[in-house]
Amino acid sequence: MTLRKYLVLAGVAVFAVTGDSLVSCGMKQVGRVALDRLPNILLVVFHPQIALGVLFLLAFFACYMAALSWADLTYVLPTTSVSFILLTLVAKFLLHENVSETRWLGVVMISLGIGLVSQGPPALTPRPRRKPPGDCLAETASGRMEP
Amino acid sequence: MKQLYAWGAVATIVSTSTCGDVLLSRAMKQVGDVGELRRHSGWAMVLARILRNPNFVLAIVAMATAFYAMLFGLSWADVSLVVPASTSLTFVTNALAAKLFLDERVDHHRWLAAVFVAAGVFLLAL
Repeated sequence: MTLRKYLVLAGVAVFAVTGDSLVSCGMKQVGRVALDRLPNILLVVFHPQIALGVLFLLAFFACYMAALSWADLTYVLPTTSVSFILLTLVAKFLLHENVSETRWLGVVMISLGIGLVSQGPPALTPRPRRKPPGDCLAETASGRMEP
Repeated sequence: MKQLYAWGAVATIVSTSTCGDVLLSRAMKQVGDVGELRRHSGWAMVLARILRNPNFVLAIVAMATAFYAMLFGLSWADVSLVVPASTSLTFVTNALAAKLFLDERVDHHRWLAAVFVAAGVFLLAL
C-alpha cells in the first residue's frame, strides 16, 4: 500500500461523511416531500446546502472509484468506515457532546472490524490484467491477449 | 405512515446501493488501476474507458436511485435513523453480493469485519 492509496481511502471516508451531513442539514430545511409530489424531490439538489453536499459526494465517488480499481469491495467498505469513529471523536472532544457507553461500544466494534480487514491485502481476488494500448512488447512477452 | 415511508426508503437504499456498489466494483475491475492507467495513457483514456463501460452506467442509475431514496427517507425520518440503518445493512448485503456476483474471495476475516462494522454502526445509532 502506497501513501497515495491511503489518501484515496481517507478521501472516501471524509468526503462521504461531509457530503451526507450537508445533504441531511439541507433536507431538514426543505422539509417533508409527500409521496404524491415525488417529482419535486428532483429539484432539491438546487438548494445551496444540498448542492454543496452533492459536490462532496462527487469527490467521494471519484475516490471510491479509484479505490475499487485496485481493491476488493469487501476491503474498501470496512476500511472507510473509520469515518464513523472520526465523527464520534469530533462529537466528544470538539463539540463536547455526551457520547454514551453504547456508542463507545459501537466505536470499538467498528475498530475491530477495520483491524480485521486491514490485516490482509486490499485485493484477495485476482483481477484481469490490463495493458496500456500500444504496449506490444508486454503483450508479446506474456504470450496472451488481455481479456 | 411515517415509519412505513422511512423503512421503505431504507429498504430501497440498501437494495439499490448494493446493486450500485457491485456494478461499480465490476466496472472498475474491468477498467484496471486508474493510477497506473493515468500514468501510461492519460486522463482522457481513463475517462473514456470508464464512461464506455456498461456496468458503470448501470451503477450510476442504481446509485442515483439510492441517493433520491435517501433524500426521501431524510425528509420523513432523522438522519440518525436513515443513514446508520441503511449503512449497517449495506455492509452485510455487500459482502454477500461480492461473494455471489463478483466471485470475491471473502475470507472469515472479511465476513467478521462486515458483521462487526454493521453492528458497530447500528450501536452508534442507538
